Amino acid sequence: MGESQSRHLLGIAGLERPAIQALLDRAAAMQRRPPEKLLAGRRVLVLFYEPSTRTRTSFEVAARRLGAETVSVTASASSIEKGESLLDTVYTLRAMAVDAIIMRHGESGAPFLVARHVDVPVINAGDGMHEHPTQALLDAFTILRHKGRIAGLKVAIVGDILHSRVARSNLWLLSRFGARVRLCGPPSLLPAEFAALGAGIECHHQLEPALDGADVVMVLRIQMERMREAFFPSEAEYVHYYSVTAERLRLARPDAIVMHPGPMIRGVEIGAEVADSPQSVIREQVENGVLIRMAVLEQLLAPAEAAEKSA
Amino acid sequence: MNLILQGGRLFDPASGRDETGDLVIQEDKIRDLGPGIAAAGPGVLDCRGLIVCPGFIDLHVHLREPGQEYKETIESGTRAAAAGGFTAVCAMPNTHPVNDGAGATAYLIQRAKEIGAARVYPVGAITQGSRGEALAAIGAMRRAGAVALSDDGRPVMNGQILRRAMEYAARFGLPIVEHAEDLNLSAGGVMHEGAAALRLGLRGISAESEAAMVARDILLAERCGARLHIAHLSTAASVRLIAAAKARGVPVTAEVTPHHLTLTDEDIRDYDANFKMNPPLRAAADREAVIAALADGTIDAVATDHAPHAPHEKAQEFSRAPFGVIGLETALPLVLRLVAAGRLTLRRALDALTARPAQVFNLPGGRLEPGAIADVTVFAPQESWVCDPARGFSKSRNTPFAGQTLAGRVRHTIVAGRVVYSAS
Repeated sequence: MGESQSRHLLGIAGLERPAIQALLDRAAAMQRRPPEKLLAGRRVLVLFYEPSTRTRTSFEVAARRLGAETVSVTASASSIEKGESLLDTVYTLRAMAVDAIIMRHGESGAPFLVARHVDVPVINAGDGMHEHPTQALLDAFTILRHKGRIAGLKVAIVGDILHSRVARSNLWLLSRFGARVRLCGPPSLLPAEFAALGAGIECHHQLEPALDGADVVMVLRIQMERMREAFFPSEAEYVHYYSVTAERLRLARPDAIVMHPGPMIRGVEIGAEVADSPQSVIREQVENGVLIRMAVLEQLLAPAEAAEKSA
Repeated sequence: MNLILQGGRLFDPASGRDETGDLVIQEDKIRDLGPGIAAAGPGVLDCRGLIVCPGFIDLHVHLREPGQEYKETIESGTRAAAAGGFTAVCAMPNTHPVNDGAGATAYLIQRAKEIGAARVYPVGAITQGSRGEALAAIGAMRRAGAVALSDDGRPVMNGQILRRAMEYAARFGLPIVEHAEDLNLSAGGVMHEGAAALRLGLRGISAESEAAMVARDILLAERCGARLHIAHLSTAASVRLIAAAKARGVPVTAEVTPHHLTLTDEDIRDYDANFKMNPPLRAAADREAVIAALADGTIDAVATDHAPHAPHEKAQEFSRAPFGVIGLETALPLVLRLVAAGRLTLRRALDALTARPAQVFNLPGGRLEPGAIADVTVFAPQESWVCDPARGFSKSRNTPFAGQTLAGRVRHTIVAGRVVYSAS
């Protein structure tokens, strides 16, 4: 993905394993000892073209904990809705002396376009169906907290794989670290070509074999808003075949953890009792998100200072 | 006024002529050609070391005039054509307004005569406004000079309407040019459906969305006895259908673009919309199939589908940017790349740019012979140059080949005995 990757965080696919490891290590260190305000006096633009609760808030909290000022712009409250192009909007906002742009956008690749045209780091907070790199990082961080390793783990990712940027970022990261990734969903939401995207990736169209002996079960929402036509007959039918219920979860290892990137629809992709079970680490994922995003911001905006402090 | 092309490699794919010699042009016709027939003198172009061949004919160009002159005009588009060695281009009707009647067809011809650097042959719409609902004024456009019919950019989704168009057009011998795409199968797609699209998270345009339409159109053409021409064919499945139809004797022809011959979906980098076109860059196996089909004649012609768009239109999110790339000024070196790789003979490569497209739309030119119109292209087959769209003649710069070193450069382009382009 070229020169841009080191200055920006655009996706997991363009990150080497040591770079990922460094971010995970830094987040772990921040958990032990809260970071210093290395970004005092810096201004971070949080530009969201799609609605978001947790990711936007998480980035804002992370930036502020590091001492940065945040400026939030959302699609509904700006010139975006008047038809201004993405680049024109970004040029205008960039002119207000921001030091980094955190962006979420409904179209895959939009942060790549911005990164080619601005001189500050761009952090992808989710682009269309493409990537959500900080989600994959916080998921890996969470898995490591509980399992101590990623290599060799059986990780089931269940749901709307086709439209999921979370699934993509996770499968790059997990397969790169040696996990056995089992993607699971109805055939219309899980094209067979997914298996060709990385090492150790399996495609399952039935839930039971995907859950069998799994160490980690990651549940994804059905993204109705990205569907232009019927991918399956009805929600009821989806629930019948693919909902991760307490009964089905028994197929996984007894110590399996259950994850969900949110937003979560109880009773559809995940049983309410599963979401609230001791195996669920869903709320912990949210906490870890702030740590990971601090590590990312620090690494992109103050790498030298961070290295000095940790030396 | 005479012009002598001296000492070049006279290459005429139709006749098989390949010899060093001179070519003498008198007025707008080729008077004679062969070894040692002309002496030096005024009006001589030194062509030693260069290939002298019939002027290229592009069956598929978007000139954007009238209506979108900020992207291209008849003047800039035909200058780009001349710079690429094309002496004639077929202008697709998806302008604003759509060329669906005699007036628009006549305007195009008149305007091209006034300011065009190359010949322009209008392609008329199949249906009114290319909306796919009611037949356009086919006979009137024919009388005004249209050479083929197409709703290019859009397929005729209603098979019965296409059938009626075929039946009616057959009376005039006009080819029906289909942009083969089942819009239900391709809905929302922005690149080829496959592993690359999954990786990039972009919606796919399946190979079947093209091939299913090619199959339908072949069946209808077979029934109606109509001349069917498939535009910008891009998939292995479509190649198989065309080959089978030709074997049955169905009068079907096809074209392929230089970009589908040289790039695949894996070449799309960093969501650069200069790699976005329709049909999209396909899988490696599809590319292999269209190269083989061009080599064996299953695909008849190379056509550029030159589709200019302004920089601000392409500098958008990949999904939002318009489909299309320019191609007139890079076609020759890209086709020669296949020759250099041993995939295509020089004769077949030049045939697909000259004699064959002339036959497909029944156009003048495409041959080097005494009495033929003096449309001639002279090029240096080995000369390399770096593609810099800012230095091109097109008004637009949307090419996926920017920055690439290309081998093969047009030196002179001659239309009706007049030099319309010479490399500086």
